[in-house]
Amino acid sequence: MNGVAWGLLGQAVLAACAVTLAVATRGRARAVLAGASCALLSAAGATTGALALGGGTVVVRIPTALPTPPLVIAPDRLGGVLMLLVGTVGVIASLYAIGYVRGAAASRTQWAALALFLLGMELVPAAGDVVSFLLAWELMAAASTVLVVAEHAHRRTAREAAVWYAVMTHLSFVLILAGFAALSAAGGATSFAALTGTDPARAGTGVAFVLLVVGFAAKAGVAPLHVWLPRAHPEAPSHASALMSAAMVSLGAYGILLVGIRLLPGGPTWWAVLLVALGAGSAVCILHASVATDLKRLLAYSTSENLGLVVAAIGLTMLLRTHHVPGAASAALVAALLLLVSHAAFKVTLFLGAGAVLRGTGERDLDRMGGLVHTMPWTAATFGIGSLGAAALPVTGGFVAEWALLQALIHGVRPADRAVAVVVPLTLGLIALTAGLALVTFVKAFGIAFLARARSAGTLGAREVPVTMRVALVLGAAAVLALGVLPGPVAAALAAAAGLSGGDGARATGLGGVALTGVGAVLSPAALTGLAAVVALPALVAMLVAARRRPATTGVLGWGCGGVRTDPRMQYNATSYAEPVTRIFDDALQPSRDVVVTHVAESAYLAERVRFAQHVDDVVEARLYRPLVAAADAVADRARRVQNGSINRYLAFSFTALVAVLLVVVA
Amino acid sequence: MSVAPLVVALVQVTVAVVLAPLVIGVTRQTRARLEGRVGAGVLQPARDLRKLLAKTPLRAAGTSPVTVAAPVVLLTSSLLLAALVPLVAALPLALVPGDLFVVVSVLLVGTVAIALLGLDGGSAFGGMGSSRHMTIAALVEPTVLVAVYALSIPAGSSALPLIVAARRDHPASIATPAGVLAVVALGIVVLAETGRLPIDNPSTHLELTMIHEAMVLETSGRDLAWVDLASWLRLSVLLGLVGNLLLPWGVAGAAAVGPVLLGALALAGKLALLAALLATAEVGMAKLRLFRVPELLAGSFVLAFLAVTASYLLA
Repeated sequence: MNGVAWGLLGQAVLAACAVTLAVATRGRARAVLAGASCALLSAAGATTGALALGGGTVVVRIPTALPTPPLVIAPDRLGGVLMLLVGTVGVIASLYAIGYVRGAAASRTQWAALALFLLGMELVPAAGDVVSFLLAWELMAAASTVLVVAEHAHRRTAREAAVWYAVMTHLSFVLILAGFAALSAAGGATSFAALTGTDPARAGTGVAFVLLVVGFAAKAGVAPLHVWLPRAHPEAPSHASALMSAAMVSLGAYGILLVGIRLLPGGPTWWAVLLVALGAGSAVCILHASVATDLKRLLAYSTSENLGLVVAAIGLTMLLRTHHVPGAASAALVAALLLLVSHAAFKVTLFLGAGAVLRGTGERDLDRMGGLVHTMPWTAATFGIGSLGAAALPVTGGFVAEWALLQALIHGVRPADRAVAVVVPLTLGLIALTAGLALVTFVKAFGIAFLARARSAGTLGAREVPVTMRVALVLGAAAVLALGVLPGPVAAALAAAAGLSGGDGARATGLGGVALTGVGAVLSPAALTGLAAVVALPALVAMLVAARRRPATTGVLGWGCGGVRTDPRMQYNATSYAEPVTRIFDDALQPSRDVVVTHVAESAYLAERVRFAQHVDDVVEARLYRPLVAAADAVADRARRVQNGSINRYLAFSFTALVAVLLVVVA
Repeated sequence: MSVAPLVVALVQVTVAVVLAPLVIGVTRQTRARLEGRVGAGVLQPARDLRKLLAKTPLRAAGTSPVTVAAPVVLLTSSLLLAALVPLVAALPLALVPGDLFVVVSVLLVGTVAIALLGLDGGSAFGGMGSSRHMTIAALVEPTVLVAVYALSIPAGSSALPLIVAARRDHPASIATPAGVLAVVALGIVVLAETGRLPIDNPSTHLELTMIHEAMVLETSGRDLAWVDLASWLRLSVLLGLVGNLLLPWGVAGAAAVGPVLLGALALAGKLALLAALLATAEVGMAKLRLFRVPELLAGSFVLAFLAVTASYLLA
């Protein structure tokens, strides 16, 4: 048995251990013991992933009682990347959960579901055949549904969110099941090793591809299949939202990589265009994020946007490969993986930060926050770094990933090739739109929540979170920065894992920088930081000397047009901050506004108070899903008339069915 | 990494810092003369800077370390821009090759720093300016990236020094439809990013119409001096970039004293010309209503996209 095999075994044992501890212990001991087991389980998963990424292989065959081939667990290098990603996110989130859980979220059900969720997410990328993949997928889906519903006793909305999530996740499962069935039929096998490189020209592969991609896209939360994210993420406990948003959705993207790059490489152009078109929905998602006022809802929409970009990058890879632009295709593939990894890093930090704010203030509504940088400095600093990553600014992993994707687009210019000539500039325009709105979104999220003055009593009395949660936050933020400062080794490892051998795709260059060899572009964030330090040094010295000699006068009155206007309610809040965006994209967002003016009794010209409320519904949900749900309801209503509970009627149905069967058999 | 390009980059930063107050001085003086005023002289911004640097800043109650850090970050971003953009010389640094995407993100770091500075004061005006500023930045971003894309197609690279060098060596590529459209789109972006008319009025005293000024209302003393210097530097560097894209002659191609001196002189000339042109155009222009600005920026996006299309069709 080698390291990978031991790692897989260790995860199974630790998961059993975590479930047992969750059930057997109570109170604070449960949180500590079960949380520590979950963290160890994830650490084992991360180690296994690192070994698999390093080239360690193992094939575990588990015989079943059924007349089917045995289940195969065989992580490859790409699977290793995902196991490492899920494991790292899992360690951070489990550590955080120890200090975070309270009330219903501290129940044995929650802890047991968390352990199974972590195990399921580790097994999905480790699976080596269709059946074990589906089993692991279902374990992950079911356990995460339990986590979403964990706090339903306090909030009605959690139940509704859980229903949406359960329906979407199982629709996704059904599609994937059907897709794999079609693929196995076309390829004549169920193990991934035998299905690798199936000829896309075979009959049935097109259907399989579409079913699988739509199924995986629903799990990844790509628009228009994203409706579960903005509902489920705000309602789940924060560590669960972090896991779902940073790790689970990545597995959706892994599924698309598995199908598009490994199992069915070299598909026709329309496959790639389908993926890029799915990615285009990210513009709608980031638009919703930029006007959202619920912090976790904002983050959920941002997840949808980022995964959309990943899917677009995968589509771009396939397109450029089919059209013989190998250098740019490799760069796009590296960009897709970098986006996935950096998204996991900043999103786990941001969701845990949002959880810390929720814990410290009891608020999720940005309009009621403010000034948290004074009371929660650790949360503020880590959330700030996460926001930089999400806004793709240097020096974070998000910046490097977006840079790589843009480089792939710049070098994917083929004016003579019609498909490439149309798709590449449109993708660039899409990324440009999302990049700008992401900037507004995260300046708003950080600036309104953490800067200026508190907008509510709960925020004013905020307390910093306990030390285990702070450690988790710092680990997340450190990962964001590490991916940004030293992207070279990471990119090289990712390129190798994606099957780009011998430095084709990306390699490390001086000072931890990354070189995209396929397109000849170099970026060294460490050198950029060094250059910034050199050019800013004289000014910095001058500032420090001046500050020491004559310190600034603090605590003076802010400008109020010549009056004393210090009411915190006069500050801009999240709604007003996004008002210009809301107004500009009025047609796309269709916000509903409600203004109630109460006049002074003596005069209709003087207002006593003005109440303003604004609500932005998800356009996709309102236009696409509500009619579908309404239609399903109508059908169900009709069906209810058939089911009146009378035994005579059911006997009549059986009799009719029997007659029908006889007629068919005889004919 | 060879030392010569690094030294040239530092020289370039120094030249830009010296020229930045003068560029503002030229725009203000030109504007004053065209409006029939005497004007305070080209050196007035430099004198203002010296005065502000000697003053102690006042910080509003409830401000956080962000207020202390934001001017530093903004200034660093502007200085880094001056090092990365080919102003005096078109010599790419080995590890930081002045990639346009990197340049744009360095610019955005400054944009974000000043937006957070505006919010941190906790006044209604700061938030208002910050919100408007970020909205405009978000709408500018698509134009920037698409214009960059159009410019990089003929050069085969997104590294600015290579683009400028390619235009200098093949002057015919400057006058192509793609090249002209992309530079015009970039010009509108520069106006938006640096808060000039018709998007923002840099000399307004009415809080409700402010964008940039609203964000720095709570900034004073030497903090304000650094913010001002950074903003002026940003304008000068971006004007210099547009100048070098339109008239790439004189930009040094080698790290020797002669070409670099020539490059510095050429830069001063181009900046003086562009600053005077900018002021002249601004005299005849009124500030756009805030909600008409998206139309202008959408127009610039269309120009940039046309540039891409043109470079495909007329390649």
